Amino acid sequence: MWEYSDKVKEHFLNPQNAGEMEDANAVGEVGSMACGDALKLMLKVDENGKIQEAKFQTFGCASAIASASALTEMLKGKTIEEAEKITNQDIVDYLGGLPKEKMHCSVLGRQALEHALADYRGQPVKEQEGEIVCECFGVTDLEIERAIRENNLSTVEEVTNYTKAGGGCEGCHDTIREIIARVRSEKKRVTRPKLSNIQKIRMIEETIEREIRPSLQNDGGDIELVDVIGNRVLVATRGACATCRASELTLKNFVEQKLRELVWPELVVEEVTE
Amino acid sequence: MRTIYLDNNATTQVSPEVLEAMLPYFNEYYGNPSSAHTFGGQVAAKLRKAREQVADLLGARPEEIIFTSCGSESDNTAILSALRTEKEKRHIVTSRVEHPAVRSLCHYLEKQGYKVTEIPVDREGRLDMDQYRVSLTRDTALVTLMWANNETGVIFPVEEAARMAKERKILFHTDAVQAVGKIPIDLSNSAIDMLSISGHKLHAPKGIGVLYVRTGTRFSPFLIGGHQERGRRGGTENTAGIIGLGKACEMAAENMEKENTRVKALRDKLETGILSLVPNTRVNGAGAERLPNTSNISFEFVEGEAILLLMDEHGICASSGSACTSGSLQPSHVLRAMGVPFTMAHGSIRFSLSIYNTEEEIDFVLEKVPPIIEKLRSYSPFWKPEGQACASGT
Ligand code: FES
Repeated sequence: MWEYSDKVKEHFLNPQNAGEMEDANAVGEVGSMACGDALKLMLKVDENGKIQEAKFQTFGCASAIASASALTEMLKGKTIEEAEKITNQDIVDYLGGLPKEKMHCSVLGRQALEHALADYRGQPVKEQEGEIVCECFGVTDLEIERAIRENNLSTVEEVTNYTKAGGGCEGCHDTIREIIARVRSEKKRVTRPKLSNIQKIRMIEETIEREIRPSLQNDGGDIELVDVIGNRVLVATRGACATCRASELTLKNFVEQKLRELVWPELVVEEVTE
Repeated sequence: MRTIYLDNNATTQVSPEVLEAMLPYFNEYYGNPSSAHTFGGQVAAKLRKAREQVADLLGARPEEIIFTSCGSESDNTAILSALRTEKEKRHIVTSRVEHPAVRSLCHYLEKQGYKVTEIPVDREGRLDMDQYRVSLTRDTALVTLMWANNETGVIFPVEEAARMAKERKILFHTDAVQAVGKIPIDLSNSAIDMLSISGHKLHAPKGIGVLYVRTGTRFSPFLIGGHQERGRRGGTENTAGIIGLGKACEMAAENMEKENTRVKALRDKLETGILSLVPNTRVNGAGAERLPNTSNISFEFVEGEAILLLMDEHGICASSGSACTSGSLQPSHVLRAMGVPFTMAHGSIRFSLSIYNTEEEIDFVLEKVPPIIEKLRSYSPFWKPEGQACASGT
């Protein structure tokens, strides 16, 4: 069974604002039975653009019910402009956190809100553009890209937690991996011109920790960052890598390439011997 | 708050009698059954007795019983042994609704280059015997089919399937983890070559299992170590566990008829009660032959995890075939294989009873469950209060 925060439990056991609203003037419906969760958000917005009342109906698990309940509570009394700014992370924070496998419930809330606001403005709901990547759950590449950007996701598992994409037959995992790589490399392009020395060192450290060390450790080796001088990254090898004759190759082909790809294209990795 | 435990296909309570039989073997008689001295020897004698008790329940011979650590180990051992002894054959036949102990291994073996055929089931969860028949080829090394399904309780005609395999000289294994102790099993005159048991499904503790291997079946051990289990499974025996399982098997053999009638009556009461009190429900596999203790009920337009958690508030334990409880996002592979529509599959709950459940408990469940479903349906966008479900959700 999932570990839920007290706030989630409270909103699940006694959901606020559940049920139908007859005179709603903003309605957003997302999800489907096939996906296992669906949410209908109904709002009554007054002439000043303030949300007077918010109600929901949902088909879903405890987190879906709690997320919907939380969202309606958050919306009451807000103006349309304020409501617009609510993100899925705000819903999660309001609830004191959600299990990582259930993040998609908060995303569902955000999506329903978008639909409801579009409905209020009389705009057509932006049709889900993009191409379906995950057939099992009907998730498009654009949705996946957005989840990656907004929540800084880096693994297929995280994408599944937030969007459900990849949670079924797993046939779309390769495509999701490609999208992650693409979005993350875009991000780097934006930040590169502004990369200060401190940032560079931090990113190198992070990249070693996250992307490089686990693979090396898998083979019984390890690496340590000794210093960064300009674009020279000085490292020491440990464990199996230190005695391995192919370690130079590993440094050039794997470590350096990773760092160039994820941090700065001109980095050069050098091994220091103590 | 009292606990009403209706999740006995997940695990069962250790019977007081079983516990009592085991206790002295933790401290008083702690000898190693392999030792030459009398102190160890007396434990060895108890193990022999337990082996007989297990064999008796199965209609097997004591030397056909191999003690393992669990049902999964038994399944894995059987499948891998078959492939090692039938080296030239590369094909495995199984079903779409197997337990992960079999299913995941088959998927793994498929990646290793074996060909795996998963026989489909019909809407009631019955094995497609025509497909089964044509799936057996000269290249088939092994058939592995569960005796009874853990989620729905649907029973497969394993004896018939085993005979068909035998005619073609194909090894036959059955995962009987859910069946043993609940329905009569007699291997004395059977075509089944190997069969798996798990202790904690029949009121013995966790951590003890059995693999039955018919005399004359070629066998290759999975766990290689000492000469325990006549070299077929190395490792010092889980003596207390084995003794407990022996006792549990003896009790199951004695009580099966009487208890099963009682458990089945309770199950049926629960089932008919829910069906009559809650609209838009269905029992999955109801049209097939089923275990007497299992009921898998789908509640249309509500989601399983939410039901489970609300039942838990009243101390009622069951489990769900819905996606949200399993960590995966798709509803159970068993219900999907049966073609249970999504509107139903997401809201399915498995109630599984044991000899320790009482009529009063069932009454309590029948009192608590209908309002839970009503409450959840009142939030559901697909549910219309008049009882007419809206079709847009499907
Ligand atoms: S296509 Fe994405 S999980 Fe099946």
